[in-house]
Amino acid sequence: MLKLNDINAFYGDLQALWGVSMEIKDGEMVALVGPNGAGKTTTLKVITGLLPFTSGSIEFNGNDLRRVPAHKIVEFGISQVPEGGRVFAGMTVFENLELGSFPSEARKVKDESMKWVFEIFPRLEERKKQQAGTLSGGERQMLAIGRALMSKPKLLMLDEPSFGLAPILVQQMFVMIEKINKLGVTVLLVEQNVRAALELAQRAYVIENGRIIGEGKGDSLLSFESIRAAYLG
Amino acid sequence: MIEAITQNLVIGIMLGALYGLAAVGIAMVFGVTKFLNVAHGELLMFGGYSTFWLFKLLNIDPFLSLPLTILFLLVIGLVLYKLLFVRMVKMTEEQKIKNTMLVGFGLTLILQNIALNLWTANDRGVTTSYATESLMLLGIRFPYVRVAGLVISLVCLFALQQFLRKTYIGKAIRATTEDWEAASLVGIDVQKVYMLAFLIGTALAGVAGALVLVSYSVSPSIGLHWTLKSLIVMVLGGVGNFMGTFVGGILLGATESATAFFISGNYREVVGLIFFLLILIFKPQGLFGAKER
Repeated sequence: MLKLNDINAFYGDLQALWGVSMEIKDGEMVALVGPNGAGKTTTLKVITGLLPFTSGSIEFNGNDLRRVPAHKIVEFGISQVPEGGRVFAGMTVFENLELGSFPSEARKVKDESMKWVFEIFPRLEERKKQQAGTLSGGERQMLAIGRALMSKPKLLMLDEPSFGLAPILVQQMFVMIEKINKLGVTVLLVEQNVRAALELAQRAYVIENGRIIGEGKGDSLLSFESIRAAYLG
Repeated sequence: MIEAITQNLVIGIMLGALYGLAAVGIAMVFGVTKFLNVAHGELLMFGGYSTFWLFKLLNIDPFLSLPLTILFLLVIGLVLYKLLFVRMVKMTEEQKIKNTMLVGFGLTLILQNIALNLWTANDRGVTTSYATESLMLLGIRFPYVRVAGLVISLVCLFALQQFLRKTYIGKAIRATTEDWEAASLVGIDVQKVYMLAFLIGTALAGVAGALVLVSYSVSPSIGLHWTLKSLIVMVLGGVGNFMGTFVGGILLGATESATAFFISGNYREVVGLIFFLLILIFKPQGLFGAKER
């Protein structure tokens, strides 16, 4: 489905990604884990076109994503939940969701998508008239995911969905993500919470200093000695 | 005495509505794009001259020619955006503010000189058949043209609010104002939104200019005055809340008039600046400003 091939990317003069290659297959849940500043968010930015890459290629369902502007990416079926939720705080829950189906194709089936999102997150339906800024942290994260689902994506990319949530909410959030994956949405999960991500995902990539340093089945990486030492303690 | 005070207040509010309208334009551009267009007052001046020419040369009523003036300003806005401002959309917020100010100051000089050449340094106004007529209500005089100015300002504000609240494009503008990256992730073409916001701001400057022409007069040097008023009002009302900005304009207009009445006309300009400082010190998000996230 998604294939990153030997990607190099820079922030100004600073190289942020060094030959990153990854592959995500249809229906999978793949985790991208690594410490802060390793290049996880940068990898997502490269995929969504927010950061141009200097060499390598990105392919999504046979389409070359090079030079596709950021706002067009979602039309290909890739949707991202940005770090920290980043909902539109001054707008209502309903309006946030509406904006999730901004591309014209998605807009045509907006009502249907909204029904679907409300089935997954009934809480959002209860809160639909509320300003997004007044939601709790967990609800905001739900809204951010719901908004991303409004475009009926084939691939959902989540940037640190557990960020800033209480442990009990983190657990619920991961259950939700698993449920969404089971509904047929391919998931790329970027997480600092390495143990939880590795337990949840079928496969995982480990990134450090802008390089992919490990790849494997989620639970096999859990027993990977260097990873245990570095992230699990 | 009461009548004189009320009369004064009424005139102040009507002037304030024009401050409000001009400020909503500059706030629209700043809120969405973070461009601080200090040539906003010059765009307003061009709106005035456009109306003046349409009246003088083609004999079109200044209110009926509003759509043409808006069109004229949209063209100017588009040219300026494509020629100058589009180069700054990718900069950081701080760079944008600095660079657009520099470009804006350059533009003020160019636009002023164009105006000087085309329309001379004289004050220009229009004299319609109804220019001096007023509605008398409870002993208070409501000059028709100024009432119309107030009404048109309110209509513009209301239309803008509805546009931002009800339409998909309007919501995209609000989303971009809040978080351009998140907006771009849901598929909003942020660059298009920037241009649209800039054009809306320019069009509003045009309408305000036409209204300034019919209620007062225009000359090539009025730009800075209106830019300053707009900036004061924008800070007063707070960015991101156009109703607040507009009310801020009316407050400033009313306060200026009251100052001129009770203290002295010499101090009316000072009051605005004192207001500006007080707000910056005690309520930097503006009187009605949205709280920071």
